Amino acid sequence: MNVEELKRIREKSQKEMDLRSGEKAIKVVVGMATCGIAAGARPVMAAIKDELAKQNAKDVSVTQSGCAGFCEQEPLVDVFRPGETKITYGKVNPDKARKIVVEHILGGRAVNEFIFAWEK
Amino acid sequence: MQELSMHILDIVQNSLAAGATLVEIRIRESLAEDILMIEVQDNGRGIPQEVLNRVMDPFFTSRITRETGLGLSLLKEATELSGGCLKVQSEEGRGTRVMACFQLDHFDRAPLGDMGETVGVIISGNPAVDFFYEHQVDGQIYVLDTREMRNILGPIKLEDPLVLDFVRQDIQTGLKKIGAATFPKVMEVLR
Repeated sequence: MNVEELKRIREKSQKEMDLRSGEKAIKVVVGMATCGIAAGARPVMAAIKDELAKQNAKDVSVTQSGCAGFCEQEPLVDVFRPGETKITYGKVNPDKARKIVVEHILGGRAVNEFIFAWEK
Repeated sequence: MQELSMHILDIVQNSLAAGATLVEIRIRESLAEDILMIEVQDNGRGIPQEVLNRVMDPFFTSRITRETGLGLSLLKEATELSGGCLKVQSEEGRGTRVMACFQLDHFDRAPLGDMGETVGVIISGNPAVDFFYEHQVDGQIYVLDTREMRNILGPIKLEDPLVLDFVRQDIQTGLKKIGAATFPKVMEVLR
């Protein structure tokens, strides 16, 4: 493990610390059970994290969940924005994931063509 | 699963579902013995004996969202395709150890795949849990330990995007340095 590189990251990130502390307002959950992983959930999660970093988004948490029972729709991605209904995207790939980040997670407009379900 | 690193990601999800606070991933490659060993050990709640007897049955699962439990059975199939085997040891209240072995240079051994992305996604998606990853190739060792990372990073959290990038790149560079085998050698002839 490159300890020096890690120290550089600490110095770089510490400058933005105050902005990042506390509970994140927007939550994104990627299904990471066997079905999700086999369908490509890992690169989807990596793409979401990467796009959020590129967009310099600080108020979004990305976590993992187990199987939701809709294996044929995997990879599934849930988006929880404060005050809005939960939206679940199905059959997500890294390109779709980046579009969801820009348009819905950060832009506030759901990407209708990728939606699998939404909470009523 | 197309890569062994995806099986590892999957097996680690079982550890997390079992409430583990520390998950250790150990990979050992030996060219002389022509063997690749993958071990995932956790300190989760463990598996009751009656369940342990059935964990490799694809039609058995402890979850309620579906009626199949393919994770360990798919890994078992992957090991057997390359002349290897899968063992699961567990003790209730103490944790579980999954050991998978493969013939390193077997034509049907799945590629190791992107361990950087696998470990990066595991760490950034579960920042409250500690992970230890050790990869040995004929005595050469690469190690990544989130407990050591936390000490160095101080107030910076493991889900920070820069940390995920660090993990991916550090593992890719580290594995290259120790000469980790991505594909079986026999496959390289065809590539």
